[in-house]
Amino acid sequence: MRLSAVIPIFCLVGIGVILAMYLWQLGSGQKSVGEIPSVLIGRPAPIFNLPPLTNEGTRFSTESLKNRVSLVNIWASWCPPCRAEHPSLMTLAKRGVEIFGINYKDRKESALKFLRDLGNPYRAIGVDTLGQTAIDWGIYGYPETFVVDRKGHIRYRHVGPLSTDDISNTIIPLLKKLEK
Amino acid sequence: MTRCIFFLIALICLTREPVALEPNEILKTPALEERARNISKNLRCLVCQNQSIDDSDAGLARDLRLLVRKRIIAGDSDEHVISHIVSRYGDFVLLRPPFNKWTLTLWLSPLILLFIGTLGLVFYFRRKVSLDISPPLSDPEKRILERIKEEKTL
Amino acid sequence: MIGEIGHFALILGFFIALAQGILPLIGTQKNNRHLMTLASSSAIAHFGAVITSFGCLMLAFITSDFSVANVAQNSHTLKPFLYKVSGVWGNHEGSMLLWVTILALFGATIAAFGSNLPRGLRARVLAIQGLIGSAFIAFILFTSNPFLRLDTAPIEGSGLNPILQDPGLAFHPPFLYLGYVGFSVAFSFAVAALLEGRVDSPWARWVRPWTLASWCSLTLGIALGSWWAYYELGWGGWWFWDPVENASFIPWLIGTALLHSAIVVERREALKSWTILLAILTFSMSLLGTFLVRSGVLTSVHTFAADPERGVFILLLLGAISGGALTLYAIRAPLLAGGGLFSPLSREGALVLNNLLLATCAGVVLLGTLYPLVLEAVGAGKVSVGPPFFNATFIPLVIPILICCPVGAMLSWKRADLAGVFQRLKFVLLFVILIILFTTWMHGVKEVLASLGLGVAAWLIIGSFVQIIERGGFFKVPLAQALTRAFNLPRAAWGMAIAHGSLGILVIGITVSSTWQIEMIQLMQPGETISIQNYKITFKGTNSVTGPNYSGVEGEFSVTRGGKNITVLRAEKRYYPAEQSRTTEAGILSTVAGDLYAVLGEISASGAWSTRLYFNPLVSWIWVGAILMTVGGLVSLTDRHFRVGSPKSAVKRPLSSPP
Repeated sequence: MRLSAVIPIFCLVGIGVILAMYLWQLGSGQKSVGEIPSVLIGRPAPIFNLPPLTNEGTRFSTESLKNRVSLVNIWASWCPPCRAEHPSLMTLAKRGVEIFGINYKDRKESALKFLRDLGNPYRAIGVDTLGQTAIDWGIYGYPETFVVDRKGHIRYRHVGPLSTDDISNTIIPLLKKLEK
Repeated sequence: MTRCIFFLIALICLTREPVALEPNEILKTPALEERARNISKNLRCLVCQNQSIDDSDAGLARDLRLLVRKRIIAGDSDEHVISHIVSRYGDFVLLRPPFNKWTLTLWLSPLILLFIGTLGLVFYFRRKVSLDISPPLSDPEKRILERIKEEKTL
Repeated sequence: MIGEIGHFALILGFFIALAQGILPLIGTQKNNRHLMTLASSSAIAHFGAVITSFGCLMLAFITSDFSVANVAQNSHTLKPFLYKVSGVWGNHEGSMLLWVTILALFGATIAAFGSNLPRGLRARVLAIQGLIGSAFIAFILFTSNPFLRLDTAPIEGSGLNPILQDPGLAFHPPFLYLGYVGFSVAFSFAVAALLEGRVDSPWARWVRPWTLASWCSLTLGIALGSWWAYYELGWGGWWFWDPVENASFIPWLIGTALLHSAIVVERREALKSWTILLAILTFSMSLLGTFLVRSGVLTSVHTFAADPERGVFILLLLGAISGGALTLYAIRAPLLAGGGLFSPLSREGALVLNNLLLATCAGVVLLGTLYPLVLEAVGAGKVSVGPPFFNATFIPLVIPILICCPVGAMLSWKRADLAGVFQRLKFVLLFVILIILFTTWMHGVKEVLASLGLGVAAWLIIGSFVQIIERGGFFKVPLAQALTRAFNLPRAAWGMAIAHGSLGILVIGITVSSTWQIEMIQLMQPGETISIQNYKITFKGTNSVTGPNYSGVEGEFSVTRGGKNITVLRAEKRYYPAEQSRTTEAGILSTVAGDLYAVLGEISASGAWSTRLYFNPLVSWIWVGAILMTVGGLVSLTDRHFRVGSPKSAVKRPLSSPP
């Protein structure tokens, strides 16, 4: 067997193995194409200070995240998947989970109507009209939900609507772990 | 689940009003605007993922274009603007892969491949030449050759 | 009913292909004439079955038979006829059926026109084609069946992605597949040669036309895709180094290398094992491309919605087909006797250099395409490799190829006189230097790369025709006589000159349109005029438009030059209700000197519209260059020496003289 003949086989096998690995990772749901991992995991939440949605509401800022384990949910009234995941958020809120909301590029009236129709699970809502704070959080799709720990560090990011499976398999266990 | 995101992203790309760079984004100073365009051309639109934010129609692309211009006006250098965005989105947002230990093989690949190819060629030609070298003439053969040469000149 | 017939025909095709694959190989082992000749008849029957199946799917689309799930998912009664037809291959399952049909077509053509091939070789080649065909039909039947039925047929289909409803894109897949799949012929010939243990000049003379025909088709397919992206996607770009674009470009690069090394096998019976390896690799790259596009490992606007399960099947196919062939190569290649010796400085040497550079280009593009995937699979984070990387690495590699091209074509076989060749090219070189200096003087040193690009292009265009000029005797004998002599030169010589020269035209198009594009982005009120190049463009306002399956708004731009009316550009924004998506259609005026390109943006609060107007100088030279390259290839294809059959006996022909 000549060396020059064996090299192509090595390359083919190498490529094949990597592709097979990747396919397996895709199939088992470990990874998905098009999904970008957040670079903020393990780092402090970005510095922000957003005005409240209603005049009586409290501002939502980085300080609000300290000393509690919470979810930060980026949502908008014009976003259909946000509507789809909202009941799950309501359920979580009823169970005592602290949820903060960032209202992304929305109009106040529409956002308020959304909350009147579907309920308000949020402890506080910050209004991000231009979407610049959301960029600081590194969002690229909507809705997105972050899990933040007591020190104000981001521990997990979920892109897209939260399904009941996501909540029971990932969010709840993580929250429990962080509460300890 | 992942298909949901995928579908969502595709929907966003296809249903938003197609609007790449708009006149109201353009900076007044041409030199600064040119910097902004060059930086934008190197940033990947994360929604559509196959265009730069300069070309993309997505809302996020527009927001990022505005952010780039805001940082340029605030006096950031090109590297600072880029690192501002990379610190939020990671290296994936760069269309030009960074040069680090992981991407070394990638960037050096033309040289590596050329080197391997040339090496192969050198061996190929060596082997060909060695097959061609015929054994030198022995003494009796040399004398026959001399005699033939003499006869030819007569 | 149509669906059932189509389905049945496909299953029948599978069994015939399997027979075509196995029986002739047994025949060659046992030297059984009957089994060997079975190859031809089964190849034709295989084609008959598969084309029937394809025809049925097409009929289902044309008649909007929504009981067939594939039709329901991808078609709509309101779609224009052309797009009902092209919708057949506008989706994963249908396009795989097209793939398989073309594979069968090539097999049948070899069977029908291959009577002057030695029986054993023909049997082996068709057998390999049959095996590949049966593997892919199995893939379709098990994972991507277009004939699955819906129990209750919907009244209306979901429609076809509006971006795909376009003439350019309708024809892009068939040409691409004729290319990719056509390389399977070279592959089958290579494996057959390995099985026989013999590669010789007649083998090369048989392989070259098939490879050339596939290459021509692939060139056209890629050019069509690129042209379509330019006029359809609305931002004037025509190549993004997208993974799917790369998936078609890599086989093209290696296929070009194969075309050139096969010449050396034919003329000098050298570079045999390298050529066999290239033939195996070209088709393997086509298969890899198929995998990348359909397995779901890449995100791209081009990918079919696919899933990892299909990916696994294709990966296994890739492993079996390529892996099998490469293993055979590793074992058998040493048996292939080496051929003629040559000095590194010779035509053979130039072709070897061409191959080295093209293979490196292909390797770099492949690595760049797979790298993000590789890093992610091993957990090294997510990195993206985009145009800046490819442009930075590909361009420096391709320039030496372009420069060596006219020189290499003029070198003689075995041992060449390089200085002599440069003597013959000295006027061209002088002219090229003048062009570079002139352009640098006109446009400044900061655009010196563009000047060099133009110089390289001129070198290619003129340098490629020097041999024709010499052999015709131009400037030495009367013009009429020179023209006649030139005309009577072998077509292969003309084909080479045209193909290499039009590469220069392509380079001009790319260099000029990228360097000197004019872009104007502004708000325009109806009645406003903008000057661009020496045109004046007046925005006339907008009106609403409706089409067979869309509605939208159209902006009118009247174009004048020097006071004279030239045309009205219409830039549209369309909404397709069935698919719920929007597209932009740019208004384009194409001239030899460049394209005017108008895109309508958004309306602002003041009633003014944002508009983007471009002037893309010489951009059409890109597509013209590519088409002319294909023409050059076709001219070469009709050269008489390809039509002369290979001798039946093993008598060695005298080596023919170089052109």
